[in-house]
Amino acid sequence: MHPAPSVIFFTVFSGLGFGLLGFLGLGMPGLNGWFAFTFYFIAYAFAVGGLLASVAHLASPMNAIKSFSQWRSSWLSREGVLAVVTLVVTAVYAVGRIFFDTAMPTLGAIGSILCVLTVFSTSMIYTQLKTVPRWNSPTTPFMFLSYSFAGGALLAGQVTLALYLLIVAAIAQLLNWRVGDQRMLTSETNLGTATGLGNVGVVRQYEPPHSGKNYLLNEMVYVVGRKHARKVRRISFVAAFLIPVLALLAFRDAPHIGGMLAIIFHILGVVGSRWLYFAEARHVVANFYGK
Amino acid sequence: MTTLPSQTDTKLGLVIDLDTCVGCHACVVSCKGWNTQNYGAPLSDKDAYGTPEGTFLNRVHSYEVQPDQGAAQTVHFPKSCLHCEDAPCVTVCPTGASYKRTEDGIVLVNEADCMGCGLCAWSCPYGARELDLMAGVMKKCTLCVDRIYNDNLPEEDRIPACVRTCPSGARHFGDLGDPNSDVSKLVAERGGMDLMPELGTKPVNKYLPPRPKDTLDCGVALEPVAEEAKGFLGWLDKALEKM
Repeated sequence: MHPAPSVIFFTVFSGLGFGLLGFLGLGMPGLNGWFAFTFYFIAYAFAVGGLLASVAHLASPMNAIKSFSQWRSSWLSREGVLAVVTLVVTAVYAVGRIFFDTAMPTLGAIGSILCVLTVFSTSMIYTQLKTVPRWNSPTTPFMFLSYSFAGGALLAGQVTLALYLLIVAAIAQLLNWRVGDQRMLTSETNLGTATGLGNVGVVRQYEPPHSGKNYLLNEMVYVVGRKHARKVRRISFVAAFLIPVLALLAFRDAPHIGGMLAIIFHILGVVGSRWLYFAEARHVVANFYGK
Repeated sequence: MTTLPSQTDTKLGLVIDLDTCVGCHACVVSCKGWNTQNYGAPLSDKDAYGTPEGTFLNRVHSYEVQPDQGAAQTVHFPKSCLHCEDAPCVTVCPTGASYKRTEDGIVLVNEADCMGCGLCAWSCPYGARELDLMAGVMKKCTLCVDRIYNDNLPEEDRIPACVRTCPSGARHFGDLGDPNSDVSKLVAERGGMDLMPELGTKPVNKYLPPRPKDTLDCGVALEPVAEEAKGFLGWLDKALEKM
């Protein structure tokens, strides 16, 4: 699949933003006034920035408002509705914290649950696609959620919790790669089933339907990512998990330095891993083109 | 509404005969022509006189099939929207632009509602949807909905443009929900098949497999008359072997 920067930015930063909002809603850290404002500013910049990036992906953004209408059937619509509701609920909680030195724990908890649901529905946009066997597994929501929790804990300065959550996210990531590879090997779909000619014999493309590129090839038959998949996996894993964990442990006495290092490397690693999540995913339509 | 109808009154669709298709791409051209000049945004082209790239609703692939025994076969393979009964492209649509008609099962895009997110194209296993980069809306086969019910056209033209234009009679149009329709009988007779049935989309369009090739003269090709080289060439062969 084409790794569009807007979609990578959207999934990474809205995940981090809603992760941080979730922890803030639980009173972690339980700050008021300007300190609360700083944390909420970062959380909203990430969450809203991510959502705006996803709008940049649209070919007709003026119709984006209509995407709130189909929540009964569409995960993308659900994600949009949940994101807006979550941002409004957490904003009320944030106003209490920032301007009135008041915590409304029930409202905060509701906001945090909504954060989890939003990230879950983001992950379901990809999980639901049977056409991309690598994504179509329960490890996708597990991975998106655990990344959001780990990144949120890091941004919220919850050092001990972040250490555990980073380990959980690392396991989720490894599992996602492993199950994804397995899905590719066990996928029943091939050029034979795609054309129905598999019953006759071995099928091979000898002439493509068009000499130039087209939307399908640009969007769904992205093959460059598969070539360096192993290397990108190693690099992103080291950056997203190994360095942050070591930084947090090494700078126990200076948690701000350790936290900053951990956050920077974690975000870089997540961007790399998310790039690969799209780039190495193979859509079944590639079968028709023998790729 | 992007939920699917539980059932449709008719199941209009195409039956494509892989045995008779000659791969002339006439259906591709007539489809592009009709759908550029009629319903919805035109199918745009980019860099038409350089490295052309454009939107098409119908494409013809060409494959070689090698059976266990006998000669390989050439199969031309036209591919367009299959108007699936369980169309994933409809349910993923967040704006309600994508829908399946209750009256005839045609899957359409309401271009006024489409926001061009491309998720429907991602959900389609067949690559039947292409986002038009100029108009910014998703384009797909309409089964020529603006021809088949069009009283302004002579009766023989009230079929999809690709079917009307096919010179080899490889494309058929009709109600696949009616077991007594000509297309349904053809499917039953020729063993019409679904593409990627494992993905559970239940396509309405059916493909007729190529008929088995004649085996009359198979396996009686002439025996080679000279396996061993003799004379000068034989000497040359041996001399070169030794070098």
